[in-house]
Amino acid sequence: MTEAYIFDAVRTPRGKGKKDGSLHEVTPVHLLGNLFNALETRNRLDTSQVDDVVIGCVTPVGEQGADIARTAVLYSNWAENVPGVTQSRFCASGLESVNLAAMKVMSGQEDLVVAGGVESMSRWPMGSDGGAWAMDPRINEQLGFAPQGIGADLIASLEGFSRQDVDAFAVRSQQLAAKAWAEQRFAKTVVPVRDLNGMIVLDHDETVRGSTTVEALAGLKASFEQMGQMGFDSTALRKYTTLEKINHVHHAGNSSGIVDGAALMLIGSQAKGKQLGLKPRARIRSVAVIGSEPTIMLTGIAPAAQKALKKAGMSVKDIDLFEINEAFAAVVMKAARALDIDMDKVNVNGGSIAMGHPLGATGCIILATLLDELERTNKQVGLASLCVGAGMGIATIIERI
Amino acid sequence: MTAMQMTVDAEGIATLTMDLADRPMNVLNEALMTPLAGYIATIESDPAIKGVIITSAKKEFLAGADIDMVFGITDPKLAFDVAEQLKKMLRRLELCGRPVVAALNGTALGGGLEVALACHWRVAINDPKAKFGLPEVKLGLLPGGGGTQRLPRMIGIQASLPLMLEGKELSAEAAKQQGIINELATDKADLLAKAKSWCLANPKPVQPWDDKKFKWPGGDSRHPAVVQMLAIAPSMATAKSQGNYPAVTNIMSCIYEGGIVDFESGCRIESRYFANLVVSQVSKNMIGTLWFQLNSINKGKSRPEGIPKAKTTKVGILGAGMMGAGIAYVSAKVGIECVLLDSTIEAAERGKAYSAGLLDKAIKKGRETPAGKGVFLDRIKATTDYADLAGCDLVIEAVFEDRAIKADVTKKTEAVLGADVVFASNTSTLPITGLAKAHSKAENFIGLHFFSPVDKMPLVEIIMGEKTSKETLAKGFDYVQQIKKTPIVVNDSRGFYTSRSFATYVNEGLALLNEGQHPRAIEMAGLKAGMPVGPLALQDEVSMSLSLHVMEQTRKDYAEEGKTYAASASEPVVLKMVKELDRPGKKAGRGFYDYPEAGTKGEKKLWPGLAQAFPLATEQMSQQEMIDRMMFAQANEAARCFEEKVVLTVADTNIGSIFGWGFAPHQGGALQFINAYGVAKFVKRAEELAAKYGPRFKPAALLVKMAAEGKRFE
Repeated sequence: MTEAYIFDAVRTPRGKGKKDGSLHEVTPVHLLGNLFNALETRNRLDTSQVDDVVIGCVTPVGEQGADIARTAVLYSNWAENVPGVTQSRFCASGLESVNLAAMKVMSGQEDLVVAGGVESMSRWPMGSDGGAWAMDPRINEQLGFAPQGIGADLIASLEGFSRQDVDAFAVRSQQLAAKAWAEQRFAKTVVPVRDLNGMIVLDHDETVRGSTTVEALAGLKASFEQMGQMGFDSTALRKYTTLEKINHVHHAGNSSGIVDGAALMLIGSQAKGKQLGLKPRARIRSVAVIGSEPTIMLTGIAPAAQKALKKAGMSVKDIDLFEINEAFAAVVMKAARALDIDMDKVNVNGGSIAMGHPLGATGCIILATLLDELERTNKQVGLASLCVGAGMGIATIIERI
Repeated sequence: MTAMQMTVDAEGIATLTMDLADRPMNVLNEALMTPLAGYIATIESDPAIKGVIITSAKKEFLAGADIDMVFGITDPKLAFDVAEQLKKMLRRLELCGRPVVAALNGTALGGGLEVALACHWRVAINDPKAKFGLPEVKLGLLPGGGGTQRLPRMIGIQASLPLMLEGKELSAEAAKQQGIINELATDKADLLAKAKSWCLANPKPVQPWDDKKFKWPGGDSRHPAVVQMLAIAPSMATAKSQGNYPAVTNIMSCIYEGGIVDFESGCRIESRYFANLVVSQVSKNMIGTLWFQLNSINKGKSRPEGIPKAKTTKVGILGAGMMGAGIAYVSAKVGIECVLLDSTIEAAERGKAYSAGLLDKAIKKGRETPAGKGVFLDRIKATTDYADLAGCDLVIEAVFEDRAIKADVTKKTEAVLGADVVFASNTSTLPITGLAKAHSKAENFIGLHFFSPVDKMPLVEIIMGEKTSKETLAKGFDYVQQIKKTPIVVNDSRGFYTSRSFATYVNEGLALLNEGQHPRAIEMAGLKAGMPVGPLALQDEVSMSLSLHVMEQTRKDYAEEGKTYAASASEPVVLKMVKELDRPGKKAGRGFYDYPEAGTKGEKKLWPGLAQAFPLATEQMSQQEMIDRMMFAQANEAARCFEEKVVLTVADTNIGSIFGWGFAPHQGGALQFINAYGVAKFVKRAEELAAKYGPRFKPAALLVKMAAEGKRFE
């Protein structure tokens, strides 16, 4: 089997995903375009050598619709022979792109693939694409649909995480992210977003608040309590029969931020890298995706990680660093508990609670963050994982060369 | 004196009156914006002010942005900041919590209309001369004062697109119909009264886009009907622009993206695209030529000084063919009495009927009345009698391009009018000095080269014979301006300036065909270069028999003058088409194209026989190579004309190229094309082309010198 290597990774800063966010005035195609250009220049890449481009996008409608991958390739003036495919595995889409790219290379059918994702949540809000899962009553009922926040609160309730526990985790995320930015730990990967004049639109993650405290967060109202009481709680409790009540602990401050952003990664075989003068930074050891119970929805991380570890012939102890997407505070806390891992190894530079979760791109972003940190601290093996809508999980293990 | 005054009446209605000192019109510049900002602050802080009326003390309301200022900006950040500053001010005005009414006493264009759009209500005097629109695109720019955001939110995306993409200027009535103006007034008093009563009746107005319940008229950019329209809009636009105008793309982006985001984000998006255009080469080309240089021409830079302006009251036109009939039309249109003379009364009447036909069309479009038509036609006297020329203060001959015929009509005119009345020849090829010999006072003889169709083409090339006097030039110049055309002044030379330079474009197209390039690819390259018509179609229009006639005449003249004649690259093609293949051009219904029979519908099609007549070469050139050849040929020839002092000013050369033969306007004219390309780079590329395709591409000596000295055309 051919090995798949990561040659380079780039991402945009993440802008607040509201109309007053800095990236609201930038089209999602342009977000990607900036990165395609950066990837090309940084690597002096002969783009005609790229076999495919896989882009994750969770809300592929409007200007994110009609296969934004191909649109962005052409917009960026890459070689015409470079195709593009857009896919959605909900919040895992960015990492799914990486995994698909890796598998394309491993299969030997393709030699050089760009993987990544994009989401302009301010312009194309979550849910703009509808979907039978939520909107078709028969399917909604059969699947036991409840929004992610209900699942997160359910996890906290089952695991006994208090409001203070999850808020403390959120503060940790903010502080670590602020520190990482202050120490420019993301500098290798972050490419400022520029407009067509070359003027910088955004050069930092816009939602980081290092000064926040548990006390400050205590004042925020739980986000999912009202809709829970309207009916979602009872849907959840019908499945989780030993639990009497859901404790609604999640709110805007301890959940992933709604942001705009994009990321790309250049993945290929060693031979192709050699031919094009690309230096491999890490090898993709294994990839995995699983399905789990859809109402609680967000418990797929541990089983996905276990599956990936098994494929790689590794155990949790072999992993030096973890990036677990901070969809909600309880999700990461639960995953760490389930995998029995030390929090000192998890999200050491903060996560989506501080910096935001541009749905289609996040998986690619956290893998890039993981690789940067492995390099910075001279560690070897890392695992990135995300919980996924409708009850799924994804994981990728990388090892530095 | 400050450029703006504020008075507050007893009922608390503040009137802001714009009156920029030392300027014929108000423009949005520092002098106007500074007091405006001050007054806005006053209004915001003074609760006694209950409403605001903005108006002007000049004839026009506000003509737009200060082009001098915009032209000088080369840093996109500065352009962005300028746009943002204006918009923030207008935003403060529309959010001041008091009714703000634009009392449009006259024309409001560009930034002027944008100020009005930021008001809550727009009242305009119904003066047919007042114009309203966003014409920025014509200078390669876009409305940067919020126009791309407010107008679509006001009248819908679909309705606003053409207004900005084509820069249409509307009358007050049409603007009201479109929903841009809310109310019409009869005069200034009525205007101010209406503005005031609206203020009093609407103490707390909110702009539609600031209303929480705001819905886009016709839907925003996500609406399926709008999405469908947006899908074809770029194709429709580029079918005309060939993608040569970044303003067109940027305007569409502003409107489209504005329809996705909120008003404030839309405004910032607009500033980004505006900045991009301000610093673009295309806007610099267009503003430099179509604004500054055109203005200098209109101000009479090429008109001799110290001679009083003369008005032509009665013009004699000899020859009532296409050209003569057109000259009569444009002259009568501005109230000049015309004597339209031809050898038969039928021919003369046919010439007059041309005006009647145009007037009928205007009546159909509501731009003329049957009574007006009568008055108009009464100004044209069709005749065969030279005695009718009596009283003419200018005579223009537009007879067949034949020296003998021209000499004959010159003499017959002189017999009636004497030698002191200025006599002009509308020749496009025959040297004026030679023609002037038929006149006993050559100083009163001049060339006035009109372009066909006369009623549409904006240029007249004024040709100075060796002996033509300054007074005669002034007379011709004034007449050209009187008929609302743009005059350029050139010296006598074969083909003068425009015909000579224009010929190189057609020549290059025919040369490419002769080299075995695909005819459609040649035509496409011409269009992509920004020329209005492909070179082959253009040659068909001109007719190859005429070209052949000119070539033979030139050959004969050269022989007489003892000069050596070098056949042009297109000559074998013309010879073959006329002599061998009997395809002389459009008039005959067959040239490079097959033409549908007169009166029948259908499109011209490239003649399939071209495949045999000019077999394809195995090597087909890139479009860019063909474009370079066509553009370099023209620009280099224009530079030669400038060098030889055939044409005397950069302004005349550039404007002459765009208005005369349709040289790509986005390039800013033939000499500006060289500037923008870079003189040294141009010379280098021209030498490359010369090595490959022949000495016609050898750069003009002037250019080589300029390149060495690091100079450009100023």
